[in-house]
Amino acid sequence: MKPEMQPLRRSFPGEAANPPWKLPPPLFDARCRACWFTAALLVLVLASFVSLELDWAAFASIEAARSMGRFVAEFFPPDLSPVFVHKVVWAAWETLAMSALGTLMAAALGLALAVPASRMSSQDPAWLRSPTRWLLNALRAIPELVWAALLLISAGLGPMAGTLALALHTSGVLGRLFAEAMENVPTGPGDALRTQGVGSLRVFAYATLPQVLPQLMSYTLYRWENNIRAAAVLGVVGAGGLGQLLSFHMGLFHMNKTATILGAMLLMVACVDALSFAARRWLTR
Amino acid sequence: MPPARSRPGAPARDPALAARVLWLSLALVLLWPLGAATEFRPWVLWAPENRKVTADFVRSFWPLVYSAEFMQMVLRETWRTVAMATAGVTLALVLAVPLSLLATRVLSLSALSGRMGRWPAVLRWCVRATLIVLRSIPELVWALVFVRVVGLGPTAGVLAIALTYGGMLGKVYAEILESGESHATQTLMRNGSGRLQAFVYALLPSHAAELASYTVYRWECAIRSSVVLGFVGAGGLGQQLDNSMKMFNGGEVATLLLVFIALVALADRVSAWLRKALA
Repeated sequence: MKPEMQPLRRSFPGEAANPPWKLPPPLFDARCRACWFTAALLVLVLASFVSLELDWAAFASIEAARSMGRFVAEFFPPDLSPVFVHKVVWAAWETLAMSALGTLMAAALGLALAVPASRMSSQDPAWLRSPTRWLLNALRAIPELVWAALLLISAGLGPMAGTLALALHTSGVLGRLFAEAMENVPTGPGDALRTQGVGSLRVFAYATLPQVLPQLMSYTLYRWENNIRAAAVLGVVGAGGLGQLLSFHMGLFHMNKTATILGAMLLMVACVDALSFAARRWLTR
Repeated sequence: MPPARSRPGAPARDPALAARVLWLSLALVLLWPLGAATEFRPWVLWAPENRKVTADFVRSFWPLVYSAEFMQMVLRETWRTVAMATAGVTLALVLAVPLSLLATRVLSLSALSGRMGRWPAVLRWCVRATLIVLRSIPELVWALVFVRVVGLGPTAGVLAIALTYGGMLGKVYAEILESGESHATQTLMRNGSGRLQAFVYALLPSHAAELASYTVYRWECAIRSSVVLGFVGAGGLGQQLDNSMKMFNGGEVATLLLVFIALVALADRVSAWLRKALA
C-alpha cells in the first residue's frame, strides 16, 4: 500500500471533504490553531462580561423600560422656535467650519511631516524617518477628544481648541498616509531630475508632488468626512460646535432642545454620508 | 542640456502667475469665514497668562507618577477598557448578525425569479434604515443618553458601543455578503434548501475570512472609542484621564497617555497579526 493512500485525518485534494465512513474530527486538538484561537476568544469574552459587573437589571427590567420610555417621551416635541433653530444652525456651521479648518491645517502639517518621514530615493539617508514616524504615531494614537481636553488648558473653552485637536490627530493620520504614498511613487521622474543635478526641493516640487497629489487630495477629503462626524461630538468636553450645545442642554435637562440638537446631528451626518456616496459614485463612474 | 535659467537675460517670470495669485486669494477669501466661525485666534496661545498655564502644566508631566498604588489602578482601568470594548462588540454581534441576515438581498427567495417581492423588499429597506440610523449616532452621544438612564459606569459604555457598532457591523456585513459571487447560494436555494442552510453552506464559507477580519478591525476601533467614552463617565482609562486632567496632575496625565498609546499600539499589532492569520 502506498503511503499516500492511507486514510489520514486531513482531507486531500481529490478526496471528498468529509468522507462518509470517517468519524468527525475531535472537537479540540492541541495542534489546531483555530481551536486555541476560539478558546482564547471565549475566555476573553467571558472574562470581560464577568469582570465588568454589568448592571443587567438596569436595562432588562420593566422598571428600566419604563424609565427609558419616560426619558424618550421627554424629547417630544422638539423645540423648533426660530430663536433656538437659529442657534442650532449656527452651531452646525461652527462644526462644519471646525472640521474644514482642522482638516486643512492637518493636510499642511501632515505634508510637512510626511517629507522627513519618507525615504525619497534609494540614496536618501532619511535620518529623520523613524523619529518622525514615532511622532506621527503618537499624534495618531491620541484621539481627537483627548487632544481637545488637553488643549482646553491652553486654548480655553471654545471651537479653537476643537479645531486644533482635529488638526493634531488628523495630521498624524494624514502624515502617515502621505508618507506611504510618497514612498510608493514611481522613481523614474525624480531620478531623471536628480541625475541632472536638480536639488531635492525642486525634485520634490516637480516630480514627487505632482504624482501623489490626486491621492493626497482623496485621503484629505476622506478624512474631512470623518472629521465632520468627530467635530459634532468634540464639544462634549467644551470644544465648540453642536456637541457643546448638546452637553449644555442635556446637563440642564432641556430635553426638547436636546432633541432638536440630536436631530440636527443626524441630519448633518446623513447629508455628509449621502454627499460622499454621490461624489464617490460620480468619481468612479 | 543646460536649463533655460542659465541663459543670461532670460525673463525670470512665472507663466502661471495670474492663476496662482487668483487661486491663492480666492482660498484666503474662503478661509476667512471659517476662521471667524471657529474663533481661530492662534495668538491667544501666546498670551502671557495662557503661556504660563501651559508651561506649568507641561512641566508637571515630569516626573511620571508610577507609584505601586497608581500603577495597580492603571492596570485595572486598562483591563476595564479592553473588557468594555470586547463586551460591547460581543453584544453588537448579537444585534448585527440577525439584522445583516435580514438585510442581505442574496438570501431572498423571491428574488430568485426576477424581482424581489414587495414585502420582502420593504422589510429589507426598513432593516437597512435601522442599521444606518444606529450607526449615524456617534457612540459618545449614545453614552451620554445611557449615562442618564442607567447611571455612571461601564454599563452605559458597553451599551453605547453595542448599538453604534451593531449598526456599523450589520451594514458592512450585509455589504460583504452581497459583494461576492452568489452562484453557489442561488443554486442551493433553487434546489430547495432553506435560506439559513444556503447561508451556512454557501455564503458564509466564501466570506468568512473577510467578515472575521472586519470584526477584528472593529474590535480595535472599539478599544480606542471605549477610552473616549470614559470622558462622559463610562469608566475605564478615559475617566481616570479626565479626573487627572481636571486636577492638573501632569505626572498622572503623562503616565496615562503613555499607557494609552501603548494599549493602542498593542491592539493595532494584535489586530494586524490576527487579520493576517485569518486571511
